[in-house]
Amino acid sequence: MASRRQFVIVTVLVAVAIAVGWWAIVDYLARPAATQPASAAAPAAQPVGNTGRRIKAALFYVAEDGSHLTSVERDVAFADGAGEQAKRLIEAQLVPPPPPLLSAIPGGTSLRGLYVTDGGEAYVDFGGALRSAHPGGSLNEIYTVYTIVSVLTVNLPAITSVQILIDGHEVDTLAGHVDLRRPLPRAAQWLELPRPASPSESAPPPETPAAVRR
Amino acid sequence: MAAGAVLILHAQNLRPAAPYSVVTSEGRTPIAAVVSGDQDLLRLDDLAAVFQLSVREDRTGNALTVSRASSTIVLSLDQGLASIAGRLVSLPSPPVRDGVRWVVPPEFVARALALILDKRVEVRRPSRLIVVGDVRVPRVTVRQEPAGSATRVTFDVSPRANYSVAQDGRRLLVRFDADALDASPATGAGTGLVESITSSEPATVVLQLAAGFGSFRSATVPIDAASSRIVVDLMPSGAPSPPPSPVQLPPVPAPPPSDPSPTFAQPAGPAIRTVVIDPGHGGDEQGARGANGALEKDITLDVSRRLKATIEGRLGIRVILTRDDDRLVPLDERAAIANNNKADVFVSLHANASPSREAKGAEVFYLSLDGYGEEARKMAENPDVKRLPVVGVGSRDIELILWELAQARHLAESGVLAGLVEEELRRRIEMSPRSIQQAPFRVLVGANMPAVLVEMAFISNPDQESQLVSDGFKTRVVQALYDAIVRYRARIESPPGR
Repeated sequence: MASRRQFVIVTVLVAVAIAVGWWAIVDYLARPAATQPASAAAPAAQPVGNTGRRIKAALFYVAEDGSHLTSVERDVAFADGAGEQAKRLIEAQLVPPPPPLLSAIPGGTSLRGLYVTDGGEAYVDFGGALRSAHPGGSLNEIYTVYTIVSVLTVNLPAITSVQILIDGHEVDTLAGHVDLRRPLPRAAQWLELPRPASPSESAPPPETPAAVRR
Repeated sequence: MAAGAVLILHAQNLRPAAPYSVVTSEGRTPIAAVVSGDQDLLRLDDLAAVFQLSVREDRTGNALTVSRASSTIVLSLDQGLASIAGRLVSLPSPPVRDGVRWVVPPEFVARALALILDKRVEVRRPSRLIVVGDVRVPRVTVRQEPAGSATRVTFDVSPRANYSVAQDGRRLLVRFDADALDASPATGAGTGLVESITSSEPATVVLQLAAGFGSFRSATVPIDAASSRIVVDLMPSGAPSPPPSPVQLPPVPAPPPSDPSPTFAQPAGPAIRTVVIDPGHGGDEQGARGANGALEKDITLDVSRRLKATIEGRLGIRVILTRDDDRLVPLDERAAIANNNKADVFVSLHANASPSREAKGAEVFYLSLDGYGEEARKMAENPDVKRLPVVGVGSRDIELILWELAQARHLAESGVLAGLVEEELRRRIEMSPRSIQQAPFRVLVGANMPAVLVEMAFISNPDQESQLVSDGFKTRVVQALYDAIVRYRARIESPPGR
């Protein structure tokens, strides 16, 4: 009798454990995009499980209200070395996201090559669609550039700056705004909710612009 | 040999073009022109005759030396570069030999010759005018439309100019008190009671009257402090026609409290004498496009022209547009126009876009030095310590240093200007949550003066697209930018603590 009771208790516990596990998996898969800044959510990519074949990484998309880039945690294929891993990250970032996520990278953009220097500079060579299919606009272009900069610098601490190339060539800009002639470091301002500014505090103090204060 | 081959190739592609005119206080002088591709080229010996220049080809065959009194311009024959007293300026093309004569791009006049003339020089490509010195050359836009049985001809004049209307037989002469007219269209076919429109020198628009013309009446309506509209109604002979409806104009904003009386005197100390306005994009580069078809490049040009007319008319200071028609100007060239004209303020105008249709509001940017390295940051922290090096023709490295670091020295002042622009815009139009930002914008980095980039609204938001094409919105933006420049000028001329 006692052994039968024990069997029932064990069975119930196993069933509860399976149900909790199933709920956790379903909940994870159905979870909407995370809204925390990437710098807090994913300091560096981490291998998943024991196989080492997938990592959890932060990918970047435009928030629904268009006010900033938001990070979303996704599994990305694991690769040896910063250069190969960077390619996997860019490839994952180029995949069109499901609604309501908005990508700042034009559809049809392809990755032609990617190189990482010993100094931590990544050179990412895209097909021409990144520029020719770009819809323009300063903020749009900023989001495109810093999606690419952020997905590499946030997930791979070995990469500190990113230069975008088109069809193997250095370019001035994608759509007439952001200077792409040299590697760009991460810019946290585009990954954060904009801070409400009163008129009096919207302008920086005259003698100390933000870039100089650092 | 290679350079010679290039020159011969250029010469083979030259086609005759309508001449340009140099307008000075002494009158107009034609300058013969040819065109190569889309590039106008002016005959150098015509320019030499007007400006008392001597032209000499170097023995090496690599350069032309253009001299006036003790000043010299060295023009490279290999690349579009000119050196003036060690200062390097870029040109869209090198000089080209047209038979036995040399021809040069009009930019040679605006960017190189202007530096040794010590006079204001403005090249107006659409009207093919080169305006030299303090001459009055208002822009006049002529439109015709039927008004019942009458015909209405409207002249938008900027800056304002006195005028008279007189009938001379079958012609109606609209004479402006000016040295020349920048008229658009200069000539054309007529409508209704106007058979054709022509112009005559120095500053008269001639309406050739059609059969059936009886009488005319004219009136002036102010558009703003800088511009006016002249309305001429042509009535048919015979039965009197009902009077056409009154002219409808958008409301004219009242001058701001900070607006002083118009003054043309230049203060002795630091001052704003030249403002460069940069209409974003142009030509094949349309910029962003709204869902209903509005193009960023058209909106920026329209607002820039309005802003220029307002500043010139009210403040009496020089305003230069980096483009005054629908053409693509490279980003480097936009900053070069400001630098070569010694501009005191640079304002680049744009319309924004976002993948999210919800994004809205104006944003003001000034340069971020992220990515430009330690050298730029040091220059920003010690703007008075370093002088920018300059060299003569042939050193691209030095030119890169100039462009790369020019804005760094002005970053603090650009931040101040951005703050003033943001405040004035906020009083009149909706602002984005990111109303003031820094970004590594290409067009700003080479500007050697305080510089900002203004995103007026999001063209990707359908509601804001409608605003961007409306007169009311444009007027509010122009007023805000004008007021910001007035406040910035007051700050420059009477800095805090002085």
